[in-house]
Order: sequence, then structure tokens, then C-alpha cells
Amino acid sequence: MFEKLSIAAVYPEILLAVMAIVIAMVDLFVKCPRRTPTYALSLLTIGVVAYLEAVAATQGQTVYSFGNMVVSDAMGSWLKCFSALAVMVTLVYGRPYAAERDMLRGGELFTLGLFALLGMFVMISGNNFLVLYLGLELLTLSSYAMVALRRDSAVASEAAMKYFVLGAMASGFLLYGLSMLYGATGSLDISTVFKAVASGQIKHQVLVLGLVFVVCGLAFKFGVVPFHMWIPDVYQGAPTAVTLMIGGAPKLAAFAMTIRLLVEGLLPLAVDWQQMLMVLAIASLLIGNLAAVAQTNLKRMLAFSTIAQMGFVLIGLLSGVVNGNTAAAANAYSSSMFYVITYVLTTLATFGIILLLAREGFESEEIADLAGLNQRSPLYAGVMAACMFSLAGVPPLVGFYAKLSVLQALIASGQAGAIALAVFAVMMSLIGAFYYLRIVKVMYFDAPITATTVSAGNDVRVVLTLNGALILGLGVLPGGLMALCAKAIVTTLGT
Amino acid sequence: MGLLSLAIWTPIFFGVILLAFGRDEHAKVVRWIALIGSVVSLAVTLPLFNHFDVSTSALQFVEKSMWIERFNVFYHLGVDGLSLWFVLLTAFITVIVVIAGWEVITERVNQYMGAFLILSGLMIGVFSAADGMLFYVFFEATLIPMYLIIGIWGGPNKIYAAFKFFLYTLLGSLLMLIALIYLYTQSGGSFDLAAWHKLPLPMSAQTLLFFAFFAAFAVKVPMWPVHTWLPDVHVEAPTGGSAVLAAIMLKLGAYGFLRFSMPIAPDAAHEYAWLMIALSLVAVVYVGLVAMVQEDMKKLVAYSSVAHMGFVTLGFFIFNDIGVSGALVQMIAHGFVSAAMFLSIGVLYDRVHSREIAAYGGVVNTMPKFAAFALLFGMANCGLPGTAGFVGEWMVILGAIKYNFWVGFAAASALIFGAAYTLWMIKRVYLGPVGNDHVKELEDINSREFLMMALLAIAVLAMGIFPKPFTDVMDVSVADLLKHVAISKLPQ
Repeated sequence: MFEKLSIAAVYPEILLAVMAIVIAMVDLFVKCPRRTPTYALSLLTIGVVAYLEAVAATQGQTVYSFGNMVVSDAMGSWLKCFSALAVMVTLVYGRPYAAERDMLRGGELFTLGLFALLGMFVMISGNNFLVLYLGLELLTLSSYAMVALRRDSAVASEAAMKYFVLGAMASGFLLYGLSMLYGATGSLDISTVFKAVASGQIKHQVLVLGLVFVVCGLAFKFGVVPFHMWIPDVYQGAPTAVTLMIGGAPKLAAFAMTIRLLVEGLLPLAVDWQQMLMVLAIASLLIGNLAAVAQTNLKRMLAFSTIAQMGFVLIGLLSGVVNGNTAAAANAYSSSMFYVITYVLTTLATFGIILLLAREGFESEEIADLAGLNQRSPLYAGVMAACMFSLAGVPPLVGFYAKLSVLQALIASGQAGAIALAVFAVMMSLIGAFYYLRIVKVMYFDAPITATTVSAGNDVRVVLTLNGALILGLGVLPGGLMALCAKAIVTTLGT
Repeated sequence: MGLLSLAIWTPIFFGVILLAFGRDEHAKVVRWIALIGSVVSLAVTLPLFNHFDVSTSALQFVEKSMWIERFNVFYHLGVDGLSLWFVLLTAFITVIVVIAGWEVITERVNQYMGAFLILSGLMIGVFSAADGMLFYVFFEATLIPMYLIIGIWGGPNKIYAAFKFFLYTLLGSLLMLIALIYLYTQSGGSFDLAAWHKLPLPMSAQTLLFFAFFAAFAVKVPMWPVHTWLPDVHVEAPTGGSAVLAAIMLKLGAYGFLRFSMPIAPDAAHEYAWLMIALSLVAVVYVGLVAMVQEDMKKLVAYSSVAHMGFVTLGFFIFNDIGVSGALVQMIAHGFVSAAMFLSIGVLYDRVHSREIAAYGGVVNTMPKFAAFALLFGMANCGLPGTAGFVGEWMVILGAIKYNFWVGFAAASALIFGAAYTLWMIKRVYLGPVGNDHVKELEDINSREFLMMALLAIAVLAMGIFPKPFTDVMDVSVADLLKHVAISKLPQ
């Protein structure tokens, strides 16, 4: 019993929760309009938490605690480490933007960010339907509030409303599905559910009905077609710093939750959910890429591009099990994990540039606002170009290896139509290349509309440069991160 | 670090240094660094030639170390007789391009020079990669600098051209990517080219692979009917971009046929040789005729490139020694000649800002030195004996006649078309009385331009008069390639 309460496994979460509350209180005494002490304390907390998770991840042990309610394993720890880093980078990029828009009157951006991160942590480590659901709610509730942080902005309020209504519906879907699975298997514990489903004694129809709702809920969180409606509006309407908070790190948590529910819990039903994911993936690649071409608003374009990119993540997830054989599963899931991580890395830099170009009273949301960036600042134009080529999947940038590994997993699965799906996916990414190239075109080939140079604080400049260098560096030497993902998935699923 | 790594990374290193120069106030320093960088990059490739062993077809100067462990991808480099000359050609053309852009490019000089140096390293990487994935990474990465070169320093319709270039070639290479992944799974998890060459494959798989590779390489070569991007891109690209595109980037596609299509899918290559020969002959004859009616000099040379590359693919798919060797010689010769042709047009364009043939006339009267060079390059372009252009075309025609008299006959007719469009252009642009006031005011080439023209002229003549160093290097590799291709890879 004592071992089952091993608190060591959740030290980072506890630290995060305590610090979030402490920071909320400390902030009451902060006078500085840019909230520097709150900011520094938040970054420090997240940094320590990320370090703790990295240490846990390198040890790679799987520890269950709180009576199997939560689990700490290699995959979870790495994802938690990366999402912590992603939130940290988001805060660095977002602070000047928020300060100029009266969003730092209180320290809510930081505390809500920390609570959102805590929600992600719980989602990633949950080993129980209810715990996963709690984590998800903590994340989304914090996100709703953050979207509405600019009280005087009608667009942001509308986005928050839309996000809340649709998000609540998605949570409802998920909860409904989970309750059905609970009814069928009699347990909320993921390992027990797995055993119950694997026994084959439970009525298939009930399980599949529950599964459909679960997949719908997850699809909402990923924002894949046809559950993508909220993505463009929320991306566009939310203050850009918050867009990054929603569009970055939570993808990692959504991925982890998918692995927990579909793979660790419902792998025996893989035949069913792989088909569902395939439909979602095809629709996302098609709609996301085609709709992105027509956008003139940069944030909206990136929203549709996200939808398309998540289609690729699903391709990795649906290639794991072939005819009940799980030999290729680790390979497939680790390719998806690699994809999500590199996607988040690229998204951070992309929005970092948008946030950098936004000035007081000027949002820099239109694609045309990037015109001639190369003349204004070759460095930041280079970073943005690296992001775009990476998202388009052109080597030697990291996005290429993400697409490579996902396509490899798909083709190696040898499923019927795998090659056809791969050809479809690359043709869609050809369309994708068009609109990513258009951004590069605007930055490099068009004349600048303003001659103002781009200035950034030291923290933003260093982090943004590192972020861009990482996109290129991981493109030249992608082996380490790939091996990390593979090892994490193998040790996690090996048990 | 091995010689090949040096050849790849030296220009990239210099290119990155150049990119670090933010603005144009250091243009002078930037130009000198670029020149030093390109010359050093050429110098490091010379030992490759000196120490090359012509008696073996095995890869030489091999470097192999693990690159991406999870996918078993190796940083595996090596050159053989098929690729050696292209490494040197790439480094040489880069020096010429740096000289050509010296005073012409005044905006964002550091990015211009940096892009060309990086591009040079990437292209050398393509020619020396012995691992399928490494090849693909280099092959695709070349698109980025070229896209920027066309888009930033190109002509009025540069954006259309840049997109057409990028998307057209990306379409082909994405299909090749799937083929590579398929081969990886079929070979039990290896991207090693040598392993793929030995891998037995059924006819259906070979056919699909052949056409997937065809999609990538035929677009790049470009073969008729997927050549339509080339004239548009050439017209809009800056002079240096056109020169590198014609001289080297087109060869990446042709080289791909030799490294991938033929040895990996030999049975499909034999099965569809008729198609390849037919497309090549259409390129040679029909595109040759199209070239004749062009009003724009760059377009004319672009179509002439398509016709000349038709010779190359024709030489490959008649599967005999002299044909394949001839095609390789033709590739190198075309590298020198097309670069020279585009640079000549660039010299005129810098002065008059027009590429229309009709805007000139009697240039020889005001620019005698330049006209002499232009005439020499024109002669090489129509394949006059004694120039580089002759050797390859003659060998391919010889090979084609061995294969089938009428194929050889059709190919030989191209010599007539080639002479017709080139000489006619020379007559209208250079010869005759002074055409208009612009021409009257022309100044002859300065010493910088003279140097660049002279270097190319030496190369063109040397290759025409004494082609032995070129064919010697290739002989054994070509013979072994053909031996390999002759053996069926169908599973027994």
C-alpha cells in the first residue's frame, strides 16, 4: 500500500501546483507593470519542473502511484518535460505582447499558464479515466479564461465563447464515451479496462459505441476534421500569446492522452479505432490544406495548417497494429510522438515571430504584414523561413524527418491501401508547400511596407534564435530525438 | 574529415559566414570572401581527381558513419567514375558564378553569394551520396537556395517562376520519397544504395519504382513533356541562377537515372527503354525545332538545354558502353557550354537590359572580344568538332546507330537543328551592321568578364581537343554499370 502511494512519482506535479498558488499570491504584491518578478518566478518553476521530468525520463522507470491512478513513465516524463519547456517559451514570447495589450494588469497569464501546464501534466500521467478527464478540464478551463483575458476585445470574447461551448461539448463527448466504457468493463482504471477488453467477453457493440465517443472527444482536442471548427476561429480571435498557449504544448498532452486511452486502454479495439482515425486523417489532410490556401490571415492559415499537420500525426497512430499484430506498434507511435514534438517546436518559433512583429496597436496578423521581413531583419526572416520549410517538410529541416518517419510507419505497416494513403498524404503536403512557400515569398521577394527595424528584448531574441537553430539543427542531426522517442515509447508500452 | 566531406562542407561553411553579414555596407568584403570561399572549395576537390583510381568501379574516398540510427541511415559518401567529374564541375561553375555576379548584384550581396556557395555544397552532396536518404536530403535541400535565388534576384515574373520551379520539382521528388521508403522496407531496413542495387524485385514493384523515380528525375532533367517549367524559370532567374541551373541542377536528374532507376529497377528500365528513347527523341527533334522560333535568347538556350539533355537520356537508355559514356561526357560538356551561353546572355543583359534577339544586331562591331567568345560557345553548343559539345553528341549518335539505325538517324538530325538555332541567333545578335543605338554604345567586356569567359573557353576547348581524362575516369564504372543492368533482378 505504501508503495502504491509513492509520492516521488508526482513530485513535479505537486511542486507545480504549489508554486502556481504561491505565484498567484506573490503576484498580489507585485507593482511592476511588466510583472517581472511573477514572470521570473514562473520561468524558474517551469524550468525546475522540466529538469525534474528530464531526470525522471532518463531513468525511464515506470512507477504507478495513488493506487494506479497516475503513472510516471518515460514517454510521459519526456512529454511533460517538453510541454513544460513549450509553456516556458510561450511565456517568454508572449510577455511583451501581453504587456502592450493591458493583459498584465494582474498576473493571471502566468498563473493560468501554470495551471494549464498542470492540467497537461495530469493528462499525460493519468492512468485512470477520471484523472485524465480532470487533467483535460483543468487545461481547458484555464485556456478558456486565457482566451478571454483581453476583456475589451470583442473578437477575443467571441473566440472564448466559441471555444467554451465547443470545448464543453467535446468534453461531454469524451465523458459519455468513457462512462460507456466504464459501464461495459466495470472499471475506470486503464490497465483493468485493457484486460477486460482483451478478454473478449464484453459485448463488442457496446465497446465500439463508447469508443466512437472517445475518439470524437480526442479528435476535438487535436482539432481534426470534422471536429476542427473551433480551431480557425479561436486561433484567430484569441490574443496571439494565448493562441500559442493553446496551439503549442497542449498538442503534446492530447497525444499522450490518445496513447493512454486508445493504446494502453483499448489496443484490442485497434481495428476499429484505426479505421476511424484513417477517416479523420484523410479529411484533415484534405480540408486543412485546401482551406489554408485560401487564407489571408496568418493566424487563420496556421490554424488550418495545424489541422493538416495533425492529420499526419493520426497517420502514425493508425499504422501501429496490422491484423492484430503489434510488432510495428512502437515504431508507429514513436513516429507520431516525434511528429508532435517537432510540430510544437516549429509552432513555437512561428508564433514567436508573429508576436515579435506585433507592436502596440498593431497585430501583425495578415500575411501581408510580413512583407519584406528579410530586409528589416534577416535573422528573424531566416527563422520564419526555417519554420515554413520545416512545416512544408523540406529537408534539411526537422519537419521533413517527421513526415519521413510517419510515412515510413505507414508503408511498413503494409496495410491494404497504405501506399495509396501515403501518396495521398504527400500530394496534400505538396498543396501545403504552396502556402508555406507563400509566406517565404512575402518575406523575401516582396518590398517591405514599413522600414521599422524589428527590436526584441534579450530574452526573446536569445530564445527565438535558439528555437530557429534547433529547427535546423535537429534537421541536420535528427537521430537523437528520434531515438529518444523510440526508447520512450518502447519502455512505456513494453510493460 | 575526408576529402568529400571537405568538398561538401567548405562551401557551406563559407556560405554560412556570408549569411552572417547582415547588410550591404560590407559588399566589397563579402565579394572577396565569396571568391576565396569558392576558390578554396574548388581547390579541395582537385585532390579527388589526382588520387582517383581509374581502374576500378568501386566507390572511392568512402566515408561512412552512422547518421540516423533509428532508420539505419548512414552519412555515407563516395565517388566513382560516374560522379567524380560532377563534383569538380560543380565547384568550378560556382567560382565562375561568383565572378559573374561580382558587380552585377548590388542588393543583398551576402545572401546572393551565400546561397550559391551553400547550393554548391549541397549539389556536391547529391553527387557523392551513397545512401538513399542522404541523397534525398541533399537533392531536396537544393530547392531552398534556388527558390530564393530566383525569387529575390530574378526578373519581372520571378515569383511565378520561383513557385513553378519549387512545386514542379517537389511533386516529382515526393513520389520518389515514397519509393525510397518502399525500398527501405523491402530491403529489410536499409537505405544503402549498394544493397538496393542487389535487391531482387518483382516486375510490378520495379515498374512502380521506375515510374516514381521517373517522376522525380524526368522533371529535373527535364524530359519532354515535363520540361515546361524550364524555359519559364530560366527566363526569370538571374544570370548566375540560370547558369547553375543549366550546368548542374539538370544533371542531378540525369545522374539520378544512373544511380537509381537503371540499377535498382533494371528489368523495368529495359521494359520501358522504348518510352525513354521516344521521349528523348521528341526532346531532341521537337524541342530543337521549338528553340528555333524563340524570340528571347534565354528561352532559346533553355530549349536548347532540353534538347541537349535529350541526348543524355537517349544515351542512357540504349544500354551500350559508348552511349552511356557519351551521355556522361555530354552532361559535363553541357555543363560548361550552357553556363557559358547563359553568362554570355548575362553580359549583354547587364548592358542593354533586354533578352530579345531583336534588340541586338552587330554586337561584334562594338564588342569584338566578347563576340569571339560568344561565337566559340555558340559553336560548342551546335557540337562543332574540337569543342566540348562535339564529343558527347558524337558518341551518343554512334551508340544510337549501333542500337538502331533510325534512332541514330533521328538523333543525328538534332545536330542540324542545333546548328540552325544557334547560328541563326548568333547571326541576328552578333553579326551584321550595328542594329540600334544601344548596341552602338556598348562597351566591350572588362577584365573580370574576360577572365570568366576565358576560363570557360579553356574548359570548352580542352574538353573538345583532349577528352581522354573524362572518358578514362568513366570507362570502368560505365562498363560495370551496364554489366549490372544487363542482369535481371526478377526473383527466380
